[in-house]
Amino acid sequence: MSATASGLANAFGILVVLVGLGAGLTWIERRLLGLWQDRYGPNRVGPAGVLQVVADMVKILFKEDWVPPFADRAAFVLAPAIAMTALLLAFAVVPVAPGIGVTDLDGIGLPFALAMIALSVYSTVLAGWASNNKYSLLGGLRAAAQMLSYEVFLGLSVMGVVMQAGSFDLRAIVAAQRGLWYAAPQCVGFLLFLLAGMAGIHRLPFDLPEAESELVAGYHVEYSGMKFGMFFVGEYIGIVLVAALAVTLFLGGWLGPALPPLLWFLIKLAVLIGLVILMRAALPRPRYDQLMAFGWKAMLPLALLNLTATGAILLAGR
Amino acid sequence: MDAWLLEYLPILIFLGIAFAIAFIAVAASWLVARQKPDSEKGSAYECGFDAFGDARSKFDVRFYLVAILFIIFDLEVAFLFPWAVALGKIGLFGFWSMMAFLGVLTVGFIYEWRKGALEWE
Repeated sequence: MSATASGLANAFGILVVLVGLGAGLTWIERRLLGLWQDRYGPNRVGPAGVLQVVADMVKILFKEDWVPPFADRAAFVLAPAIAMTALLLAFAVVPVAPGIGVTDLDGIGLPFALAMIALSVYSTVLAGWASNNKYSLLGGLRAAAQMLSYEVFLGLSVMGVVMQAGSFDLRAIVAAQRGLWYAAPQCVGFLLFLLAGMAGIHRLPFDLPEAESELVAGYHVEYSGMKFGMFFVGEYIGIVLVAALAVTLFLGGWLGPALPPLLWFLIKLAVLIGLVILMRAALPRPRYDQLMAFGWKAMLPLALLNLTATGAILLAGR
Repeated sequence: MDAWLLEYLPILIFLGIAFAIAFIAVAASWLVARQKPDSEKGSAYECGFDAFGDARSKFDVRFYLVAILFIIFDLEVAFLFPWAVALGKIGLFGFWSMMAFLGVLTVGFIYEWRKGALEWE
């Protein structure tokens, strides 16, 4: 059972790296935001502030772990666990490099990843409902409508890639990009995927479920301590996941000249994550009606057109 | 065990470890942190006021509308996935069948747009 042993090692390694990356990103993001907004960001704890992550973790660990008496206890505790595990699970099918990656799932990796992203809706809805707080309820409702809508567009935006590669297997999709990255022929799909992905994990500037300026913190108003920390880390894992899927589907995954495959994957991942953080720094938050109208009236027709055109061109070119 | 089931074993392991991490984090915090509840902490947060009314109240029907739209279009996505992956094999006939399906769907989409189901006022 050496295959199982290597699978176990792979699963454990990827999980540890991911959670570490998610935690580390909290510091990287604040530093980058500081850079772009012409201020320092956290720079006191350790060299250049790297140990800020450790300080935050210790602090959050010792915070009162509080379940409000008016909340629905079981759902309240379950929600942050789902926030983290659903997005972590989607990573099981991401092919990092040849030989690195948890499983290929017999060639249906892509639908599995999309399904897991869809499952993460439960975390926000359960949190919003279980908290029994008006801000939370509004945040949870917004989250449900927004994430479900953009879930549809996310699925539609990758359809062109699936058609071109003729496979759901993420490794096969990467291998099919040896000549040309799909970001070129599928530039519309790439753009739609990034936008839908950001809105699907309610990342800024699409963070309307938590919108500090109106809903205080939205669906996690009543959360504190480690449970809040899990929502927080879950959000960053979501960023890494969307970036990793975009790299795999549109930017040729681990393919690249000269450098080792793993390094190429990480470089592309870092560039995309940087872009996601830049979007937070550069863009204002849209209104909720604008966000939903943009999704249903612009992204849906565009995604359907892209899909039809891709199919027609593929069949005409045969 | 079947070979294809073995493909899912890593997922199970992954799920186990992921849940273990989540559980350990919450349990450690619960053990280490000092719990000091009081009546103020025990009330719902409403910007410092005493909460008036209950959060279990009515909400906008539009969220329900979006849920219905989601079901229709997510079914469409579920229908499109096998079509997209097999397009090379089913050829022109398959392509035009899907166009007919999308056409019907588009008519419905235009109808709900004109009816104002996509407006948030």
